[in-house]
Amino acid sequence: MTHAAGSARTTWHAATALAVLVTLGACGDPEVTTVRLWAMGREGEVVAQLMPAFERAHPGIHVDVQQLPWTSAHEKLLTAFVGDATPDVAQLGNTWLPELAALDALAPLDAQIAASPVVRPPDYFPGIWETNLLDGVAYGVSWYVDTRLIFYRRDLLAAAGFAKPPVSWTEWLAAMRAIKAQVGPERFAILLPLDEFEQLLSFALQQDDPLLRDHGRYGNFESAGFRRALTFYLQCFIDQLAPLSTQIQVPNPWDELARGYFSFFLHGPWSIGEFKRRLPASQQDLWATAPLPGPTGPGAALAGGASLVVFRRSAHPREAWQLIEYLSQPDVQRTFYDLTGNLPPRRTSWDDPRFVAEPHTPAFRDQLERVKRTPPVPEWERIATEMRVISERAARRVSPATTPGELAAIVDAAAVELDAHADQMLAKRRWLLDRAAPAGDRSARP
Amino acid sequence: MKPRGGWSFVSPALIAIGVFFVLPVVAALALSFTDFDIYGVADRHNVRFIGFDNYRRLVATPLFWSALRNTAFFVIVGAPLSIAVSLGTALLINARVVRARGAFRTALFAPVVTTVVAVAVIWRYIFHDRYGFLNYVLGWFHIDAIDWLGDPHWSMPAMIVFAVWKNFGYNMIIFVAGLQSIPGDQYEAARIDGAGRVAQFRFVTLPALAPTMLLVTILTMVGYFQLFAEPYVMTRGGPAQSTTSVLYFMFEEGFKWWNLGYASAVAFVLFAIMLGGTMLQLAVARRWSRS
Repeated sequence: MTHAAGSARTTWHAATALAVLVTLGACGDPEVTTVRLWAMGREGEVVAQLMPAFERAHPGIHVDVQQLPWTSAHEKLLTAFVGDATPDVAQLGNTWLPELAALDALAPLDAQIAASPVVRPPDYFPGIWETNLLDGVAYGVSWYVDTRLIFYRRDLLAAAGFAKPPVSWTEWLAAMRAIKAQVGPERFAILLPLDEFEQLLSFALQQDDPLLRDHGRYGNFESAGFRRALTFYLQCFIDQLAPLSTQIQVPNPWDELARGYFSFFLHGPWSIGEFKRRLPASQQDLWATAPLPGPTGPGAALAGGASLVVFRRSAHPREAWQLIEYLSQPDVQRTFYDLTGNLPPRRTSWDDPRFVAEPHTPAFRDQLERVKRTPPVPEWERIATEMRVISERAARRVSPATTPGELAAIVDAAAVELDAHADQMLAKRRWLLDRAAPAGDRSARP
Repeated sequence: MKPRGGWSFVSPALIAIGVFFVLPVVAALALSFTDFDIYGVADRHNVRFIGFDNYRRLVATPLFWSALRNTAFFVIVGAPLSIAVSLGTALLINARVVRARGAFRTALFAPVVTTVVAVAVIWRYIFHDRYGFLNYVLGWFHIDAIDWLGDPHWSMPAMIVFAVWKNFGYNMIIFVAGLQSIPGDQYEAARIDGAGRVAQFRFVTLPALAPTMLLVTILTMVGYFQLFAEPYVMTRGGPAQSTTSVLYFMFEEGFKWWNLGYASAVAFVLFAIMLGGTMLQLAVARRWSRS
């Protein structure tokens, strides 16, 4: 930032402040502070309903909720940053947090959290809380969580001879093969859409090896762990347990599960509502949820969801924090769950009869203790997309005739290619890290 | 005095062109020699001048070449097909025996004015491998179901079918106008000389339509080179990146991953290709009209 640009920005800030003062003066109520909140999609619609109670409790604050469609939210956040028009508080998909933190757009919240009687990190599911942290500094507070576990056909699994859902990959493969033997060539055991990276990513996160190494400088896809995950993923295609399909061919997985086109698929909590809405009452006991099976036992799953963040340029950080504290209260989170079906990120919020009465959420409660975040680098989504492209190509290369030796060769080639591409995508990050810490201190961030 | 007066008259237009066209193009060209990306948005000290590195990297990227192949296939197969369908329907509509011409013209032009996003939803169902209408019709002729949008070999033909249906009406209207401007006495003279329907089409209609045809080919080629909306709404570039076009590739690099420097380089390469293609077409047309 040059001096000229800096002073231009100061002038702009002064002008904005003046404009705000004039507006407030015109309202005749200089006591009220307006906090701008950006929320996306359905959450944006619903959060406005929670605001009257907040404003009653904080008479000096008015919240201006602005709703952003998910599809353009990322672009709008970046343009707002460039145009110096960021809001005070925003909902941020937790994979976007590293990127906006790298832009230095977010305010660190450690001091507020330490002093807060409401936001207590140990009460949050550890994998979810971690998504707010970058090098130990918290830039957000988890608002709701989202993870992918298995939805399955109870009756088809039972008919194949399995009374309980599988907990390990071995059991899962056995169950899927038994189902496939029963349903024949036109139907399948599992849906792994080739245009989504979440399935393979979930299997890869279950491994001990990290996906990136050396503080996110290089890809780590040649590790034994990732190769194991990719082998398992491709095995589902070799045995024709999964169709070579994308979401275009299966736009409605809920009805397809009910029809028995497949018996397992990996989805998030929003699918519970979809099943209840789409299937008739007579089919409601066909499906169930279970935690994601892991390589040797109950495995990890993706730590998804959204956090609430305060922007660095916010003129009202104190009021912004009060809003976050309000939305983090367990009873407010339960109301939010009632309105949206979004699962709360803290254990206290889950201590409620409504979650016990609902038969499908306990699996999520169990899974949330074992969620893992993706590598916190801005380039991650791009790398995950590349992983999807390369694994799709590999899935189209295998067939029932593929021998274990050929499979190993395909997996190795994919891992090498993926590492090469990831390393290229991380080149700029390495340059920035080296520039910021030339003395060989590899833990510093730009 | 005179030239100065002239300049002052054109200056509003020149200023507008300068600010809204020349300046952005020059800026984009400059951007294509840098590694401007998301880090550059944060702080411009993170931007490096890298000379021709973006272009070098582009040439070494397999996806760029396959995007170019996909686009070329779409242009080479799709554009002539689209023009042929337009010309065919224009001839049908223009035929003397047709009644309610206006209604047909409107009906055939309708796809052009529909929203891509809306009709793509319908076409996705038409193309569906298990529930689609197209495979249902093929079933009558005992043709096995084709996985139009899921098989990398069929996805591009599916895009072409969709694009031709969506776009032919526009060229059809231009052809209809061209056909109506051919004087009837030329056909009469040809008939007296003993020319049949085919000969009339070959020696009267086609030569008279040559200028229209040139315009339509250039417009169609440029339009088809800019393949984007169809894969964006139908397949997201898949399956296996078989419908990723150059423009789609550029969009992903630029607006999904914010590699604006690299994406600018793609834009200039695409511009160079289109300029070359158009100049080639003009040269061919010039030679054709001379002979």
